Amino acid sequence: MLIPHPLLGPRDAQEFTYLGDAELMLRPDPTQEDAEAAFCDYVYLRDNPAGLHRELWFHEQGDRSWLVVTRNTITHEILSAELASDVKRKLEGDR
Amino acid sequence: MKFSGLKVIEQALTGHKGWKPLWRDPAPRSHYDIVIIGGGGHGLATAFYLVKVFGKANVAVLEKGWLGSGNIGRNTTIIRSNYLLPGNQPFYEFSMKLWEELEQETNFNSMVSQRGILNLFHSDAQRDAYRRRGNAMLFSGADAQMLDRDALREMVPFLNYDNARFPIKGALMQTRAGTARHDGVAWGYARGADSRGVDLVQNCEVTGMKIEAGKILGVETTRGFIGAGKVGVAVAGNSSRVMAMADKRLPIESHVLQAFVSEGLKPTIPGVITFGAGHFYVSQSNKGGLVFGGDIDGYNSYAQRGNLPVVEDVLEGGMALMPMIGRVRLLRSWGGIMDMSMDGSPMIDRTDIEGLYFNGGWCYGGFKATPASGYAFAHLLATDTPHETATAFRMDRFERGYVIDEKGVGAQPNLH
Repeated sequence: MLIPHPLLGPRDAQEFTYLGDAELMLRPDPTQEDAEAAFCDYVYLRDNPAGLHRELWFHEQGDRSWLVVTRNTITHEILSAELASDVKRKLEGDR
Repeated sequence: MKFSGLKVIEQALTGHKGWKPLWRDPAPRSHYDIVIIGGGGHGLATAFYLVKVFGKANVAVLEKGWLGSGNIGRNTTIIRSNYLLPGNQPFYEFSMKLWEELEQETNFNSMVSQRGILNLFHSDAQRDAYRRRGNAMLFSGADAQMLDRDALREMVPFLNYDNARFPIKGALMQTRAGTARHDGVAWGYARGADSRGVDLVQNCEVTGMKIEAGKILGVETTRGFIGAGKVGVAVAGNSSRVMAMADKRLPIESHVLQAFVSEGLKPTIPGVITFGAGHFYVSQSNKGGLVFGGDIDGYNSYAQRGNLPVVEDVLEGGMALMPMIGRVRLLRSWGGIMDMSMDGSPMIDRTDIEGLYFNGGWCYGGFKATPASGYAFAHLLATDTPHETATAFRMDRFERGYVIDEKGVGAQPNLH
């Protein structure tokens, strides 16, 4: 698999480490009443879709940036890759 | 249909025109007491034990493709009970005992062959860990023994004992472990269930669940609605997709695991051998092919095929372990989809929806568990209580903090 790195161009997926669903960027607020249940869901439960999946890859043997990669889990086709920091900033802007 | 030596001779003389299907191909009825979703090893075993041991009638198995078309036909056929943790090991030892009597139980040649497994160790620390594991196995009633380097060399002289990075120091051996003919296991259970009245409905994909007031009433399928008193889900690989029909999110990611078989060779590897320094396990099939595998690819996948880097990694492991396979040609490789759970251990449990039961999260250890999984799931479906060896496989163990983490790597499914 080639991951289209937004800064470095197409890179072999072997240079990356996989973490999982990009939802993991959205940590629950530990000060909330329901924080324990929210963290339990956050740590253990996954949507695990068949089809498009937004997921976190770490460019460990490259520029050490985190990417949000949109990939089809049925075909392994990679549709896009964004810098996770950009995605996070956009999400926080929405809040 | 049953097989016998006489029948083989009779058929040989009459052109093999009299063989009949091993099971019926019934259309689904409108209602069953118990519906099992998933006609793979675990689903078929569940149906078999439900009717044979627990005396249930009016049971159906729904399969979206053909029987045994998933992971029961895609594994590396290894059976063993060499786990460490108390939540796991008694269950796998129970499974081992069921393997030992499987062929008598189903009257089907599943080619269960207790040819032994060798888990190699390469350092003093690993020796200690394996000794501890061996003791845990002995406590559960399983067999285990430690082999030192000399004893091991006598048994399997062809390993690379003096690899500079990973010298082989010995092995943990379980002689009762071995291999079984994976498809034969599914077929034996299928015929046994069918002949006792279970409807095995193929080409029948479940597309929805009818749930009212917290109780399941049946399932929508591509062959119409089928009512059910109880529904058992045994679809490992696709657990998240099926349970999403009941609005459940699971502590599971689906990952692809590849397996490989070489061209046929003369008998060379006596049992199952696992490399302790990398992830590589190998045995030799009765046809002579070396059957082996290694790590999962490591990213979410439903593709049933993997990528080249893991092929390379597995073969490197093989070469480090036994350089003699360097000239062997690879015949085939394939992939299966694993339910990788958050602690590397399975779930067999009720859900909070009345009548809906779940069996999944087998990671890449589902094949060896097939008989016990079926037995324990049938026990749960029939009696509403967990089987004594499966009491730890609860779905709420994550929120309670009672994870069964054999490898101790935490909630990172691709590391289990």
